[in-house]
Amino acid sequence: MAVPILKQSHYLIATIQAALTDADLVELRDALVARVGKFRSRGVIVDVTALDVLDSFASRTLRDIACMIRLRGAETVIVGIQPEVAFTMVQMGITLEDVPTVLDLEEGLAHLERKSRH
Amino acid sequence: MSKIKVEACVSVASDTDIVNARRQGRALADHIGFSSSEATLIATAISELARNIVHYARDGEILVGMVNGDSCPGISITARDSGPGIPELKRVMLEGFSTSGGMGLGLPGVRRIMDEFNIESQVGKGTTVTAIKWKR
Repeated sequence: MAVPILKQSHYLIATIQAALTDADLVELRDALVARVGKFRSRGVIVDVTALDVLDSFASRTLRDIACMIRLRGAETVIVGIQPEVAFTMVQMGITLEDVPTVLDLEEGLAHLERKSRH
Repeated sequence: MSKIKVEACVSVASDTDIVNARRQGRALADHIGFSSSEATLIATAISELARNIVHYARDGEILVGMVNGDSCPGISITARDSGPGIPELKRVMLEGFSTSGGMGLGLPGVRRIMDEFNIESQVGKGTTVTAIKWKR
């Protein structure tokens, strides 16, 4: 597994540590969707701080992850999109649609706490 | 168009090659003196073009090089393959059109973020995309 997934209380935290291949991204998607059931998690944080490129395939896979996790009954939040990556996504017209994004891990946990209280 | 001095040629046949191609492109962009944001644009453009090669043609190559414009240097990206070619070239360049279930943002997105963009494709013979970003 290219991306370690940590379980922290009711949440799963996947921290991407280096550039990922398309196959790594798909593997991450499948692992998260399986583990959210195994650990009965209420939320998933995907930390993309270390990603220097978020192209159309990576963006689509992140959207798929959020959508599949939602179908499993949990929430996903993407954290750590770098300024250069945000710039490129806007220039290219790539969006994450309704997938929530926040600044960093701390904000990600706060976001999931707020979500699970409602 | 000015003469391109090819600095790196990356064979592209798998998704690890996509990562390698964009890494080499970013290294050259940094070397030419592009800003970090522009280097990210360039790396992302290479990623899209390399993925198209793997997805549609199975293999091909990405060439990155330096090019001298009238008043500034630039980086050129050439993606070429001997794959099936694109029969519906006009539609492929429209945003939202995809034959692979993707978002259809790849080629139009690359055209939008690069300063110059040219695509030549012959059905049954292959496709060559050339794109340039000038360092202003």
